[in-house]
Amino acid sequence: MSRVLVGVKRVIDYAVKIRVKPDHSGVVTDGVKHSMNPFCEIAVEEAVKLKEKKFIKEVVAVSCGPTQVTETIRTALAMGCDRGIHVEVSGKDYEAMGPLQIAKIFAALAKKEEASLVILGKQAIDDDCNQTGQMTAALLDWPQGTFASEVTIDGEKVKVVREIDGGLETIKISMPAVLTADLRLNTPRYATLPNIMKAKKKKIANMKPADLGVDMVSRVEVLRVDEPPTRLAGVKVETVDDLVAKLKANGTI
Amino acid sequence: MNINRLIALSKSVQFGKILTSNARHATKEVTLPNRTIRTHARNLAYAKDLFLGKVNKAECFPYPEIGNEELEEINSFVAPVEKFFTEEVDSKRIDHEAKIPPETLNGLKELGLFGIQVPEEYGGLGLSNTMYARLGEIISLDGSIAVTLAAHQAIGLKGILIAGSEEQKAKYLPKLASGEHVAAFCLTEPGSGSDAASIQTKATLSEDRKTYLLNGSKIWISNGGFADLMTVFARTEVVGEDGVKKDKITAFIVERAFGGITSGKPEDKLGIRGSNTCEVSFDNCPVPVENVIGEVGGGFKVAMNILNSGRFSMGSAGSGMIKKLIEMTAEYAGSRKQFGKNLSEFGMIQEKFAVMAQNAFVMESMAYLTAGMMDRPGVPDCSLEAAMVKVFSSEGGWICVSEALQVLGGLGYTKNYPYERYLRDCRILLIFEVSRTQCSISPFNNRELVIQWVASGLSKAKQYHKYINL
Repeated sequence: MSRVLVGVKRVIDYAVKIRVKPDHSGVVTDGVKHSMNPFCEIAVEEAVKLKEKKFIKEVVAVSCGPTQVTETIRTALAMGCDRGIHVEVSGKDYEAMGPLQIAKIFAALAKKEEASLVILGKQAIDDDCNQTGQMTAALLDWPQGTFASEVTIDGEKVKVVREIDGGLETIKISMPAVLTADLRLNTPRYATLPNIMKAKKKKIANMKPADLGVDMVSRVEVLRVDEPPTRLAGVKVETVDDLVAKLKANGTI
Repeated sequence: MNINRLIALSKSVQFGKILTSNARHATKEVTLPNRTIRTHARNLAYAKDLFLGKVNKAECFPYPEIGNEELEEINSFVAPVEKFFTEEVDSKRIDHEAKIPPETLNGLKELGLFGIQVPEEYGGLGLSNTMYARLGEIISLDGSIAVTLAAHQAIGLKGILIAGSEEQKAKYLPKLASGEHVAAFCLTEPGSGSDAASIQTKATLSEDRKTYLLNGSKIWISNGGFADLMTVFARTEVVGEDGVKKDKITAFIVERAFGGITSGKPEDKLGIRGSNTCEVSFDNCPVPVENVIGEVGGGFKVAMNILNSGRFSMGSAGSGMIKKLIEMTAEYAGSRKQFGKNLSEFGMIQEKFAVMAQNAFVMESMAYLTAGMMDRPGVPDCSLEAAMVKVFSSEGGWICVSEALQVLGGLGYTKNYPYERYLRDCRILLIFEVSRTQCSISPFNNRELVIQWVASGLSKAKQYHKYINL
């Protein structure tokens, strides 16, 4: 087993209160605290664990975006990745960047780096798309193990326990494959300060989407962003009959 | 400065004798002494010159800024530490149980927070004073942890760091940096608090001149209950240049493993309850002569250097705490409505925020200016600056926490919110590491400073001669 590619996305920190820009074109990101997407942290942790168990030799952390994403890659390096790749995307391209473009980039990189596994977070907490992993697998024509809550490598195959609506599903897929990490896969380690210092010496390679032959044109256009409507106060009812009556009066049923 | 006050103080200071003896040698009418009073050889730092009416612009303009690389480095350190403190540290539980859970301590050790200023070659992070101050802002979110870490590295192992020999550093620093061994600083005794020079713990040299036997007891020792390594100050017999035997203070590295050390039961304190504070007694504790820090008899200076080098971080710790309080209090003031308006629309509430913001800004500026000065090449003497930071930050912190609590009113008074804990925790700032009362008059007890001050006044104004002829 050789190499695993892990995708990490720099998103607005989960604890920050999101505010919509006054022109409704998007969300305020300037000066707002950013950090690694929590599901990406879980993905990195899983990759590093696989390396510690000696199933794979090298973990490469990849992120797409402007210069600031190097911070996120550094955090991944501090958690145990061996090297990083920064795919530079900025300005309009970055704002319009979506799962399809990322998937194309990852597919190209997976081939270039001869990766056996691509591990991503199941979704990003800013756009909640839950598409990148699936698209990457499709573009590569690789099997996919999404919503993974347990991953075991068994020779040339990977056993994945998936969290699905009905419960848990166990599948066995052959490598190379794409996996997406769900919440209960593991508990990410803290990037300790000594590790951060060691990570400074690790390399981060720079490249552009054009170098990978990827066209960043988006077919999706964001028309307007609004805050969710403020929650109205609820009404407490005493009995089920009352509830039914209220729902009927409401027009809901 | 009131000349009367100066003279009143000068009576207790020996310099008066120097000047008056010169005056006596002269004729009845007093002439200014011919011989210039020898001042301290090295160049003065910023604050001392302020007292002399000089502003050393080079020391503070431009404000010491750190390089971009260092700034990026600090920012990358801040995130995991903040994450740890918000997720893994249960301050309420630590305060309630009066102890820090071992898992939390281990987490801190793994993060590397036990060896922030220990050089990399000894296993630490080797960060500068500025970075230490920045991390201090986050660590101060929990008072008990902040004090435990400070007692370990800002004073406990600092002696080895700044005055220890290479052998001592190589032997002790690695385990201290990783947190395997925890350090403590043992200076205060039941009879010697502010008057540190009057300690009575004795270290007697053995017959074969290879070991010192330590006897005495120390109180208020943070980490005293479980520290594996202590910097202990004791009186040793020193033969002076004139052949006269004197008892001077010496600093020792004492391992608990040497034996003869007992720790008392933990003190039940008002605040920083998770930090272990207790009495430590030494009963014929054998300390090898190799474990003397610096020179035999030079312990007092070591003690003062240690204390001075760590004090500035109190400013950034205080400002970190106040900034957090502003965040929490602002959320409340912006949502709580009375008389049909948000609390934040009332003038007196706004004033409280102004006071808090002011204090946070000043504390931060002072702390980072001092840290920046200390980070400059050479060994600057920032003892006065550090003292000023301590005095202002401890008072400012106390006032601001009180104001923040006031904004929340009754809620602030309950244990459901952290304000009362912050209040209890920050009260100690006014007391420990040289009490505020002592700190603020120490510039005037600084003999050389007073000499220079008066010397500069002497050379200008003859009308003071009638005061000098005491």
